[in-house]
Amino acid sequence: MIELVAKPPCEGLLPVTIGTVTLSEPDMAPLTLIAPMKGKEVALAKAMQTAHKLEWPEAGATSGANGAALVWFGRAQALLVGVAASTKLNAHAAVADQSDAWARVVLEGEDAREVLARLTPLDMRDRAFPVGATARSEVFHMQASITRMGADSWQIIGFRSMAATLVHDLTRAMESMAARSQR
Amino acid sequence: MRIDGNGLINRAKPVSFQFDGTTYQGFEGDTLASALLANGVKLVARSFKYHRPRGILTAGSEEPNALVTVGHGGSQDPNVRATTQEIYDGMDARSQNRWPSLAHDVLAVNDLGAPFLGAGFYYKTFMWPKAFWEKLYEPIIRRAAGLGAISGEPITDKYERAYAHCDVLVVGSGPAGLMAALTAGEAGADVIIAEEDSLLGGRLLSEAGEIDGMPARDWANEVAIRLNAMSNVRVMARTSVTGAYDGGTYGALERVGHHCEMRDGLPKECFWRITAKRTVLAAGALERPVAFQNNDRPGIMMASAVRAYVNRWSVAPGKSVAVFGNNDSAHDTAADLLAAGVHVCALIDSRPDATTTLDVPFYAGAQVSGSEGRKELEAISISRASGTDKVQTDCLAMSGGWNPTLHLACHMSGRPDWDESIAAFVPKPGMVPGLIAAGACNGVFSTAACLGEGAGAAVVALEAIGLQADMPKMPVAEDRDYSISPLWAVAGKGRAWLDFQNDVTVKDVKQAAVENFRSVEHMKRYTTQGMATDQGKNSNVQALAVLADATGRGIPETGTTTYRPPFTPVAIAAMAAGAEDKGFAPERFTTSHRLAVKAGAPMIEAGLWYRPSYFPVKGETHWRQSCDREVGYVRNAVGIADVSTLGKIDIKGPDAAAFLDFLYTNMFSSLKVGRVRYGLMLREDGHVMDDGTTARMADDHFVMTTTTAAAGQVMQHMELVSQGMRRGMDVRFTSVTEHWAQFAVAGPKARELLNGLLDAPIDGESWPFMACGDMSIGGVNGRLFRISFSGEHAYEVAVPARYGESLFAELRSRAEALGGGLYGMEALNVLRIEKGFITHAEIDGRATAFDIGMQGMMSKKKDFYGKGAAARPGLLEDDREQLVGLKPTGVVKQLTAGAHLYRDGAEPVRVNDQGYLTSVAFSPTLGTYLGLGFLRGGRARHGETVKMVDHLRGIETTCEVCHPVFLDPNGEKARD
Repeated sequence: MIELVAKPPCEGLLPVTIGTVTLSEPDMAPLTLIAPMKGKEVALAKAMQTAHKLEWPEAGATSGANGAALVWFGRAQALLVGVAASTKLNAHAAVADQSDAWARVVLEGEDAREVLARLTPLDMRDRAFPVGATARSEVFHMQASITRMGADSWQIIGFRSMAATLVHDLTRAMESMAARSQR
Repeated sequence: MRIDGNGLINRAKPVSFQFDGTTYQGFEGDTLASALLANGVKLVARSFKYHRPRGILTAGSEEPNALVTVGHGGSQDPNVRATTQEIYDGMDARSQNRWPSLAHDVLAVNDLGAPFLGAGFYYKTFMWPKAFWEKLYEPIIRRAAGLGAISGEPITDKYERAYAHCDVLVVGSGPAGLMAALTAGEAGADVIIAEEDSLLGGRLLSEAGEIDGMPARDWANEVAIRLNAMSNVRVMARTSVTGAYDGGTYGALERVGHHCEMRDGLPKECFWRITAKRTVLAAGALERPVAFQNNDRPGIMMASAVRAYVNRWSVAPGKSVAVFGNNDSAHDTAADLLAAGVHVCALIDSRPDATTTLDVPFYAGAQVSGSEGRKELEAISISRASGTDKVQTDCLAMSGGWNPTLHLACHMSGRPDWDESIAAFVPKPGMVPGLIAAGACNGVFSTAACLGEGAGAAVVALEAIGLQADMPKMPVAEDRDYSISPLWAVAGKGRAWLDFQNDVTVKDVKQAAVENFRSVEHMKRYTTQGMATDQGKNSNVQALAVLADATGRGIPETGTTTYRPPFTPVAIAAMAAGAEDKGFAPERFTTSHRLAVKAGAPMIEAGLWYRPSYFPVKGETHWRQSCDREVGYVRNAVGIADVSTLGKIDIKGPDAAAFLDFLYTNMFSSLKVGRVRYGLMLREDGHVMDDGTTARMADDHFVMTTTTAAAGQVMQHMELVSQGMRRGMDVRFTSVTEHWAQFAVAGPKARELLNGLLDAPIDGESWPFMACGDMSIGGVNGRLFRISFSGEHAYEVAVPARYGESLFAELRSRAEALGGGLYGMEALNVLRIEKGFITHAEIDGRATAFDIGMQGMMSKKKDFYGKGAAARPGLLEDDREQLVGLKPTGVVKQLTAGAHLYRDGAEPVRVNDQGYLTSVAFSPTLGTYLGLGFLRGGRARHGETVKMVDHLRGIETTCEVCHPVFLDPNGEKARD
């Protein structure tokens, strides 16, 4: 029997540290897109609570429990990160495995927010984008999901096929910030 | 010349720089302009049209004359204003628009021809012969006239773009801006204060007055320190707000690396997009020159600039300075010069009732009517009712009053009001939503009034965004009246300059009026007044005042020209920052990309995807050799191609089948689980949008494939249908394109190859043509579809993308072991043309289902998107251009895509056009060129000979019209 070898989206590209900021790729985790079927929002929220102890997130919000997170991912959908989706959700939602569809990276460090300000038009001031907030927006030329994980830590999810560009664009902004703060 | 005094320069830190090859010394804190003046350099530029010697006029970003080029090669910046360029060790600046040198400029001869070179000269003179304009006249004129030039070399500097957000944006940091920022900052608002200078303070840095009993600039420094200490205040120095746009968005240019030696990675400029809930415009005011004969000589400067050089940079711009003005502020210049120990040879005030207590020769009710000197001012003429005096002087400080810097307030097409009391335009409230003008840019000029307006504007802004705000305790400052009596142009013969940058004189504006260019917009374009890098900051109001006078109208009736962004020049490189090279567009790579590149495959782009064209092997010198070989793999053994780029959309829900029935022209609810069907999708206008296969994985679960480049469009279309047309349907869909790595395994040995890999082997019964389902390889779960885009026995095998590269390598080695191998896009294209399968070359947006021979797929039993429109008269006529196959029959055996078709014997002209070729390929299988194309009434013309003419490539041949399926018309090979 042959053995297929798994390769993460940013293999060979990360981690990178420039100045105060580090860009890294966490271990690949299950990613499941969950979209409630018509009229099943409440039932799905309940099933989600039972199966994963996770609140269904409002638009622009996330919820987390036991190392898993539910990230609002656009109109009437959320991405379950870090745990395989319970089959009990299938009765209430369209459930699609997306584990290999996305490149998931983490940008962290003192200047991380300023690095992102070079790439996304999002208002990321504490008041507008507190820890736990999420948005679908641009990262330079590409669409991405941006989530604030900590005071100086951001999860960015982009298309797997565009991982090299995502890393390129983020790295370029990191270099810029590092050169600026040398002054 | 440098004088004693406590200017804002660091005398402990000398800085050495070059100007036109000569090394000079300045100090940290100097601009190029202040350092040149300190070194006694007065001639710094040649004028645009007449190449007249020019000096430094101002001390700010409005400078029209002192433009220089800094840096070399890919780092060369033309038209840098010496008045804003900070010096640094090793800086190399050069003058512009002169040859062979600044002091001896050959084209200064233009100045002698001035009587002929007035407004409209080029338009009138270089009319004939017509063809000479573009080839001869314009290049010569452009060479003679002009500003600096770029090097023509690729740019080596880095630029940057960024976004910022705030509650209150304060533009400018003079007394009004500082008070506004302080008030808003202390109320807890997020504040951005943008200042184009390197230090906060605005005019306070250059004036001798006091605030709260301390020198004004010390007060400014204290406020700056307080602002910098507030975590909710962002101080952006060297940042010029360049434009006001919709929704509280402002463009701003930050000069990040212009004032220092470029370091690795440091951007030279950053173009900011700042979004603000409210904006306080505190941009100050610009002093305006007075037009009098030869008012452009080096040494004639703005009075406020002279004050700035004396007070801020401890530089005396002359040994014996004359001061000329029509308002009280000019007197400050004389006072400051005296205080600094500089000789003042005359104070001339055009107001007859003006008085002074200063111990200087004072001329009330007098005007400067002329100047002498060539490369430097030597004397001025002072005219009074009693006669004209000549006074020796090497520097004249002039003031025609002040124009509020209201540009940003006018960027959204609002027109300002004329305020007679200050003889200037002022902004009207509400010209830019959310923007409040305060201080000098709002037409109030005393320091106390500016401080008050700044604080007041902040309070209004804070209340508007729901923050508690109180007027702060106001600092004590001067509160003098601004007394002005308008003086635009001194009467007299000779040329009196209005626009220094474009060499436009009073005479030019009057001439424009005489020639009936009476509208201010026409005058501007006829004379070129107000164009180029300063955009008329020093001349617009004076020019329109002269025009008003010449046309017998008032200034408010004459009106202003349109204020447009940017306020100061912005490098294109800054606006496009990051978009060069790899930043141009995202690159989408398949999981097999690395191996394909390693195999030497040239890549072609499909949308943003990169796909291999072909995989050359040793000895092949032409792509066709590779392509023909790869086609042979599929026809005779087995070929492997990465097809992951095709859009894959996961569709789920009880109404999934009904939803697809509406999307596609043909029926999907009747498709059995475990089977795949080809489908056609129409646009609203009844033309074909996309085609592809959709597999039914379960009763309520389908997987649709789309054309690579149409994936986004189809997804949008589905959203439209689901949210707009079929809201009641319970269906959800999402793109899973990126999750799956999918490979075509095509050819007679495809099943043999797969059975060596699959955990559970398949056969014709378990996996017939158009079957689909789950499978596993090495324990990895995936999907298998028996579909074919080549007409051969073929499959597409999909695994999660992380295994893509590994599976690709495995498929390749197994294919090669079976006498096959990899095939690229070229072979894929040949294979589908041989089989008559269409792509977007055929369904290019103009074709209907009827045109491509798929009218039978438009179901009569159900409604579908585009059905009504597809049945419109004219879309089902027999003489429409219909899809046909074409084979060359003439002497020339080549077909070309894009060539047009004509009846044999007909003249190949437009009116005889019968159709065109969409796709062509050389078929190694059939040994001939094959073409697909559209021919008028083509389905009924199989067997006919038509003429193909490619007018662009000059190729002509005859071809036989045939059925578009050239190979295996009954589809037996795919079914075995």
